[in-house]
Amino acid sequence: MTPATPRRERGLVRPYVVTDGRSHPTRNTFDLVTLVMAHTDRPLAGLSPEKRRMMELCLGGALSVAEIAGHLALPVSVVKVLLGDLVDSGHLATRAPIPSAQLPEAQILQEVLDGLRARL
Amino acid sequence: MDSAPACDSVRDSGVYLPRTVRTAAKILVVGHFGVGKTTFVGSLSEIRPLRTEETMTQAGAHLDDLAGTAGKTTTTVAMDFGRITINEGLVLYLFGAPGQQRFTRLWLDMTRGALGAVVLADTRRLEQSFDVMGLLEEHDLPYAVAVNHFDDAPSYPEEEIREALDLLPATPLVTCDARDRRSAGRALITLVDHLLHTRTTHREPV
Repeated sequence: MTPATPRRERGLVRPYVVTDGRSHPTRNTFDLVTLVMAHTDRPLAGLSPEKRRMMELCLGGALSVAEIAGHLALPVSVVKVLLGDLVDSGHLATRAPIPSAQLPEAQILQEVLDGLRARL
Repeated sequence: MDSAPACDSVRDSGVYLPRTVRTAAKILVVGHFGVGKTTFVGSLSEIRPLRTEETMTQAGAHLDDLAGTAGKTTTTVAMDFGRITINEGLVLYLFGAPGQQRFTRLWLDMTRGALGAVVLADTRRLEQSFDVMGLLEEHDLPYAVAVNHFDDAPSYPEEEIREALDLLPATPLVTCDARDRRSAGRALITLVDHLLHTRTTHREPV
């Protein structure tokens, strides 16, 4: 009957099944480095297995969208759709990376430079 | 003070970002197949590098050397990335990604908000770096070139490499060993120094 629960295997469930056939998230605000944080007080009951896995991962601490995709072995496009739902339902909150238009980029660059020099 | 909640998906406590991090920046590590992008990212990352894969649909265009078969319409693109915590509030992500024209959507996603790029090159296959340099220029993303020195690759004077790659005089060119953390780090620092210099000298605030 049901095989042992697969964890990391790819391709067992096709991505469009996971997302109910959607290829675009409900909001278009996720970048690869958007930071994602979980609200700890939301019930996980009723979530799909993938969303539950995502919540279990995110409850441990903040991660970027790309890291969530990497840890869950799901394509970034699928992760964005699931994230959109979980933000809509109040399970997750995001912190957008600095919008490029108002990026105090020189300051960021200086911090990156100082940080790299100190570490390497 | 952390109470470190147990999470069975990821047991390594170093996986998560420090609670104080507020800002994430990204830098791309690009180059042709086999040039050492994954190695470079792995040398610098504080976490075990992660990989994501996207299925790309593509009509026509020429395919990877490895793929070999023409007429294929979907292909899987892997992107390896790593992380460096810069300070308590800022984290830097390094994304290693393929430099083929046909992954336009992936490129848009990657380049949006990126600070700049390290172009890894191999002296045995310099001409294969043109595609990716062209893409960066199209996306208006500043870059530095780092020649990843392979043991069996010939060394050329910097001038010859510059000429072969048709680099602008201002574009930094360094040699590195992608396997070595310090060496890869120097290449990254060269890029950031260049970005900072370019920004403060040439761009005016809007």
